[in-house]
Amino acid sequence: MALEAIIGLEVHAQLLTRSKMFCRCSTDPSAGPNTVVCPICTAMPGVLPVINRRAVELVVRTGLALNCSIASHSIFARKNYWYPDLPKNYQISQYELPLCRDGYLDIDVNGQKRRIRIRRVHLEEDTGKLYHTAGNESRIDFNRCGVPLMEIVSEPDMRSADEAREYLVALRQVLRYIGVCTGNMEEGSFRCEPNVNVRDTESGAKTGISELKNLNSFRAVHQSVDFEIARHTRLLQRGETVPRQTRRWHPSDESRGGYTDVMRSKEEAHDYRYFPEPDLVPMRIGDDWLSEIRAGMPELPQQKRERFVSQYALTPYDAGVLTQSLEFAQYFEAAVAACRAGQVAEAAKRVSKWLQGEMSRLLNETGQDIADVPARPEHVAELLELVEEGKLTGTIAKEVFEEMFRTGKPAPQIVSERGIEVVGDASELERIVDQVLADHAEVVAKVKSGKTQSKGFLVGQVMKATRGQAVPQIVNDIIDRRLGV
Amino acid sequence: MRLSLDEVRHVARLGRLAMTDQQCEAMRDQLDSILAHFEALQELDTDDVEPTSHSLDMANVYRDDEPAPSFDRDRILANAPKRDDECFRVPLIMEED
Ligand SMILES: [Zn+2]
Repeated sequence: MALEAIIGLEVHAQLLTRSKMFCRCSTDPSAGPNTVVCPICTAMPGVLPVINRRAVELVVRTGLALNCSIASHSIFARKNYWYPDLPKNYQISQYELPLCRDGYLDIDVNGQKRRIRIRRVHLEEDTGKLYHTAGNESRIDFNRCGVPLMEIVSEPDMRSADEAREYLVALRQVLRYIGVCTGNMEEGSFRCEPNVNVRDTESGAKTGISELKNLNSFRAVHQSVDFEIARHTRLLQRGETVPRQTRRWHPSDESRGGYTDVMRSKEEAHDYRYFPEPDLVPMRIGDDWLSEIRAGMPELPQQKRERFVSQYALTPYDAGVLTQSLEFAQYFEAAVAACRAGQVAEAAKRVSKWLQGEMSRLLNETGQDIADVPARPEHVAELLELVEEGKLTGTIAKEVFEEMFRTGKPAPQIVSERGIEVVGDASELERIVDQVLADHAEVVAKVKSGKTQSKGFLVGQVMKATRGQAVPQIVNDIIDRRLGV
Repeated sequence: MRLSLDEVRHVARLGRLAMTDQQCEAMRDQLDSILAHFEALQELDTDDVEPTSHSLDMANVYRDDEPAPSFDRDRILANAPKRDDECFRVPLIMEED
């Protein structure tokens, strides 16, 4: 048998609108239970929905970012099913004629480029939230009911859990860049349901598709897809049939590793009896509207990566790290622009290194977003120039930056408040070097006779004399010049 | 007969309706006569008629993305068969068929 995994992803993303999809209730996620609800989103008799234009534009924007063709004519449909979190007993969704179809997203998996095709992107409404109580009742909060939701369906083009995760990471990055979704998986504003099965490429035999639920992190997606591939493979090799099922992921705990189990079999689940929504007239996306939306499109992650490589002479790897989030990329560009001296490429290299090093370390430690950090890009540029000019050592600069990161004070202020002596005056440093050379004539003789490893001792003495505030590389250079080696 | 009893039971199940065999038979007859009307419609020649999804010849009816105050919670919960201070209450749903 030559087995191959077949993975497609359905993603639901809450759209960043201020009001709901079909009524004017707020989408504020922090509102108290059932305080942002009205007769429309709780399906009282006689109400009518009205489409939120912004939600349509955000879906079209997503379609453009994912290289989709945008429907000039699109309609809503009713998806009928019974569940207490859905007060109308149908969800207004799209079936035929979705807003966007036939796109793709290019991803990079372990250094290899893969193109994942997008089948469709459509617009619908979210459901309410059910809270299970200790007794045999559930409580319902309809605040989320009617919040605009976008469904993005990929073709089953992924072949491993790694690819599924990379696709999801890249997709979330795009949605954040274009400002349509927060992408927060823990809070459920970005949800993923993988469809997984396994095929024998020789005989063509296939297992039934598992639709996976309850995944609220990238890790859960990766682990559950891996688990399902292994399960399907095992059953297929034994010659057992694997039925189509919806399965729930249970993350690992002390007692056992993560696993999936059956939530429901699929026989009746897909009988949604879709039909065109009679309460809403069709949407027509004309050329004018489309070009207006297109004109509002920001630079996409891939374009930004490519520009960073050409404009700043960065490696593709560095460009990838710096553009992971839009805010990080903007910070980088602002800091490079604030560097006064030297070539852009040099400045970019310094800033890139600092942001990936010290900045990322402190962001990880504090769990902050770069946009909220008090230290501004121009402060970082100034700090790095002090280092470049030899006025601060790398070690001292790191200390200064820690305070800058917390307080937003500029480097010169921190330096003077802390009484750090800036050994920047080259003539003073040279004087110290000369003194050290005079004090250690026997070591100087050794170095001159070719024992260059003894030079480290001299550098150390200078560092000691400056209490660690000189830049070792500069000290090294001065010694080299003095000794003519 | 255009519909089988099993199809009626299936539709009843989708609507979470508990129906006796007698009710299912009565419903089959009624649904059957509705379907008969549609069969009459299907005899029309619609080859030259543009398909539409809506009876109104309109498109692009939108509103701006401006939130407005919602309803008072007590008013929304007022007609609920069962409620508490904050939420609707419903019987626990078991997650399976
Ligand atoms: Zn509402």
